[in-house]
Amino acid sequence: MSTAHLSGAAVASEITRKPMSKSKTGPRATAESMASKQRDISVSEFFAKNRHLLGFDNPRKALLTTVKEAVDNSLDACEEAGILPDVTVIIEDLQPDRPASAKATRYRVTVADNGPGIVRKQVENVFGRLLFGSKFHRLKMSRGQQGIGISAAGMYGLITTGKPMVIHTKPKASQQAHHIELAMNTKTNRAEVTVDNETDDFPPRRFKTLTSGTRELADSEQFLSDRDYPTGTSVSIELEARYQKGRGSVDEFLELTAIANPHARITFVPPSKESAPEEDDTPLLRKGRGGVQAGTDAASNSDASPESPEAAEAAPVVTLETGGVTVYPRAVTELPPETKEIQPHPRGIELGILLQMLKEAQAERETYSLHNFLQDKFSRVSASTASGCCRAIGATARTKISDIDHAQAEKLFKVLQDVKLPPPPTDCLAPIGVRQLLAGMLKGVRAEFYAASSREPDVYRGRPFQVEAAIAFGGDLRADEPARVIRFANRVPLLYQQSACSSFKAVTETNWRNYDLQHPRGGVPIGAMVIMIHMASVWVPFTSESKEAVADYDEIRKEMKLALQECGRKLGTYLKKRAKMRREGERRDVFQKYIGEIAQACNAISGVDAEALYEALLEQAKKKTAVADLELDEDGKAIRDKSTDVSDEDGVIIVERATPPAERGNAGKDLEDLPPVGRMSRAEAAALKVHAMRGDDEPSLIDAKPTKRPEQKGRPAKPRADTKGDEPPRAALAPKPAASSPAPKPQTRQAAPEPIPRQKPKMTLRDGKLVPKDEDPGLF
Amino acid sequence: MARKPAPKSSSKTTAPTTRKPVGKLPERDAKTVGKLVGLADMVSKRSMGGKEPVIQIPLRTRTNTNWNKKKGILEMGDAKADRPLFDLKTAKQFMQTMLHASTIKDLIEQGKTSSLRGVFYKAKHTVAGTKENTFDTQDESDPILEDLEVSLGALREELHIFASTRGNLVGNITIIDKGDEINARRMGSGGWGIPSIVEPSTLQFGKCDAKFVLHVEKDTVWQRFNEDRFWEEHNCILTHGGGQPPRGCRRLLQRLNQELKLPIICVLDCDPWGHYIYSVIKQGSISLAFESSRLAIPDAKFLGIRSKDYEACDLGDAIKIDLTDNDIKRAKEIAAYPWFAENRHWRKEIELLLKNGFKMEVEAMINKGISYVTEEYVPQRLKAKDWLE
Repeated sequence: MSTAHLSGAAVASEITRKPMSKSKTGPRATAESMASKQRDISVSEFFAKNRHLLGFDNPRKALLTTVKEAVDNSLDACEEAGILPDVTVIIEDLQPDRPASAKATRYRVTVADNGPGIVRKQVENVFGRLLFGSKFHRLKMSRGQQGIGISAAGMYGLITTGKPMVIHTKPKASQQAHHIELAMNTKTNRAEVTVDNETDDFPPRRFKTLTSGTRELADSEQFLSDRDYPTGTSVSIELEARYQKGRGSVDEFLELTAIANPHARITFVPPSKESAPEEDDTPLLRKGRGGVQAGTDAASNSDASPESPEAAEAAPVVTLETGGVTVYPRAVTELPPETKEIQPHPRGIELGILLQMLKEAQAERETYSLHNFLQDKFSRVSASTASGCCRAIGATARTKISDIDHAQAEKLFKVLQDVKLPPPPTDCLAPIGVRQLLAGMLKGVRAEFYAASSREPDVYRGRPFQVEAAIAFGGDLRADEPARVIRFANRVPLLYQQSACSSFKAVTETNWRNYDLQHPRGGVPIGAMVIMIHMASVWVPFTSESKEAVADYDEIRKEMKLALQECGRKLGTYLKKRAKMRREGERRDVFQKYIGEIAQACNAISGVDAEALYEALLEQAKKKTAVADLELDEDGKAIRDKSTDVSDEDGVIIVERATPPAERGNAGKDLEDLPPVGRMSRAEAAALKVHAMRGDDEPSLIDAKPTKRPEQKGRPAKPRADTKGDEPPRAALAPKPAASSPAPKPQTRQAAPEPIPRQKPKMTLRDGKLVPKDEDPGLF
Repeated sequence: MARKPAPKSSSKTTAPTTRKPVGKLPERDAKTVGKLVGLADMVSKRSMGGKEPVIQIPLRTRTNTNWNKKKGILEMGDAKADRPLFDLKTAKQFMQTMLHASTIKDLIEQGKTSSLRGVFYKAKHTVAGTKENTFDTQDESDPILEDLEVSLGALREELHIFASTRGNLVGNITIIDKGDEINARRMGSGGWGIPSIVEPSTLQFGKCDAKFVLHVEKDTVWQRFNEDRFWEEHNCILTHGGGQPPRGCRRLLQRLNQELKLPIICVLDCDPWGHYIYSVIKQGSISLAFESSRLAIPDAKFLGIRSKDYEACDLGDAIKIDLTDNDIKRAKEIAAYPWFAENRHWRKEIELLLKNGFKMEVEAMINKGISYVTEEYVPQRLKAKDWLE
């Protein structure tokens, strides 16, 4: 009504101006002609036109957004149902014969999960309507918020290819799955079902034979197996898109998702080829390094799995690649704690919202008292606080909401801001957790130092949120480039609009120079570093519906900075310590280097026993450098104590990879150029514990097995029989073609502390410590 | 930490250490070897006893150099610098010192002598298990040898090391060098090269009719004097040291002065460098202060060129070379040397040099006539005994 009135006025002014312009034509439109065109806009229509708002700006991003929305939904559904997520993402190239120059082409994206499935009657609503969902009207932490995502993806597919969404969903393990195909009607914001029948084809079988990789994995029950997917949903969307690796790609999204969701197992089958060449991005993560390595890895993995599911679970927690299929294994076997829905916290609420809430409460129950309202509709308001507030605005405990006038409401608003309240409850938030963060980073980033920190929950605009940060430093990361910032909100990686994001600003505003890092003004620190920031909140304030950047609230940025500083301090401590150790190491090296010469010279002059003299001098050199160590520590006592603590419980993992070559085995090839490290300190010893576990992560120790083959071929496995158990896998391995790695010297076997690698992975990581799995059944 | 050091190679060296009996060596050499063994014993004893081996080296710095006014020479003080093994700054030097000690012992036992450069090469090798050289340049090696000289209290000759030959001699004298009789009167245009080792055990003086020694700075000037048969006419010995005279040359001059009582008269450039050379000949140098008693010639005389000569000899402007800032700085430093500062004439000389603002080279006298310096300048001054002391 008012709109019509306003436009009418506009037209009127147009008309009055007309004579001045001396135009011959009559009025362009009248209020009536315009009114005939004014009508409701369907949400679907709006977004169909403004698809960039939802992250479908270009074909490449469309592919990502589609995958992202589907994966987010899958993970959310699994977690809500208390199922450890197993998500498979398949991208099929539907025009494999297209010219090489084609920028975009048609793909079919299929995302299958082992979630609870969807009951038949809700399928249309979930997939076929925009702004329909369970997540909008509540304050509960989840990946999705508005209920736009998957429907929008389906809509985009429909618009670009005309093909409907294909959904298989199996809510009950004992029953058949529903097979539904639906197309969205943008005009009505409703789905039109084209196919609706029952099928037993879930998980869809045809994917198992899609590529050599899927066939290989399916043979070992590792790909869309009925065992792993008793219930679940799979959704296929055909769309015009572009597949390309690098920054902002589906690959990156899944890598990062795996980091932030170490409890999920994610399998990715990429299309057979990329759309168009692009310069290769720096490989941040160690996916697919070295074909041979990946091959043996997968092979040994598949050997183990048929025996017991436990063995498969305990297999190396590292990204694997089999025939082009990438598997991000599960790193931890606990679901994130279930989050609770909460009421808004009075702190930071806005007056308008308060008035709205009063109105709603009044509508709910005419007799609602103010006292009850405060207690019911807000979190952390106790009876006494509520009474206090009532008194402060001149009301009693029994005053009804309907009796509150606007001035009182405003006063109430002010009182609520000042009253002393505990921070919002934290059970509404499920932070990733320091341990999980470390496990995720360890899995995905090959560095030497990992630190993570989790802040206490805080509030912005009455909504609780919690910030976590992690840093991976050194190792295989490039030292001469700006650090990479990876951002997450409610465990979802944010890939675009980095500079608009609050977390990125927090990174640039943190003074990294304090932690011995290069830091250009207003930029990202330079160094071999990956910075991860996670914001968990019941409502993440995104800058747009495509959920690419977190809005820059001061409270949020402050928390992010504090979390980063905490990690930075740990890193700084480590770097200082490492520098010191290196200095000491160099010092000892210098002495040791000359001692031999001196011993020989003395021998030549006086005939003294050179060896004895050398030993005596070496002893002294060791003592001297040890003394220097202590002195340095006394100067900064905190350094040593802290770093020891740090590696034990403070959310830090140090992976010293300066193990002697004998222990390193044949995996040492990419570890050669490591800096010299001095003698072993307590902190290092702690780090080595972690390294022991890490050794299992790496193919190295598994590789070590084939190297035994030469001796094994000569005589039967007898000599090894005393090393208890675990014969079958080795026997399975023996007939395989010889490994490319050379056989180590015999003493290598003795030097290696544990000759049976298969048994060690039954360790799990807890607060940066290694804990045997059996002793530690459930951690949360 | 896997340095693989001595053990393997040391066993190799342990075996052939069938040391030659010291008794076979000449007494002087035996004494030197004894000192070297003493050094090695000190190192091994301290090490085995759990103490840090430290070599003490007398300081060859200006602060540890004393001016003995009575003797008129520079003498080394008692200050010593510790060279501990377990110090990043001195670890390598410690190793180098021991290497050189072992090299020298080898030289002595084989009855050979070596040049400084030869010793450098003998001790130079790659440190076991590294890519580092024991010595990178000779500049590293030479000071270590001097360190050994002073810390052992042994002369370079006693260490069987010689420097490269520099400086020439011609004149009315016969010299016996390692048994060969050298008639310095029949040396042609080249003269006799002064060897690095001129100790009485190696070199003796034969018949000498010369009345004094004329020492000039450089060979070019020396050539002029030799060509003009100056030494014949004035019955003297003519020497040069190629700039700052090396130890052999200085020792020879000192012996000519001490043993044959010949006055040493120097003709050097009129610049701070010339003054410094004279100072070294007369009083000794800081780095070789420990040898001053064998090298310094307190009664050496400075005949020219004098700063007054520009006017006195009516020299042309062409011979002037402006003093650089560095020259001025150096001149002031030299003026502050006690033996100059206490000498009124020298004070005046340097003051005038600074006042003139230019320096003069001996060769520049050619500007006045090819043989002006040999036929007029030097003879006149000698006759007038116009020199500085």
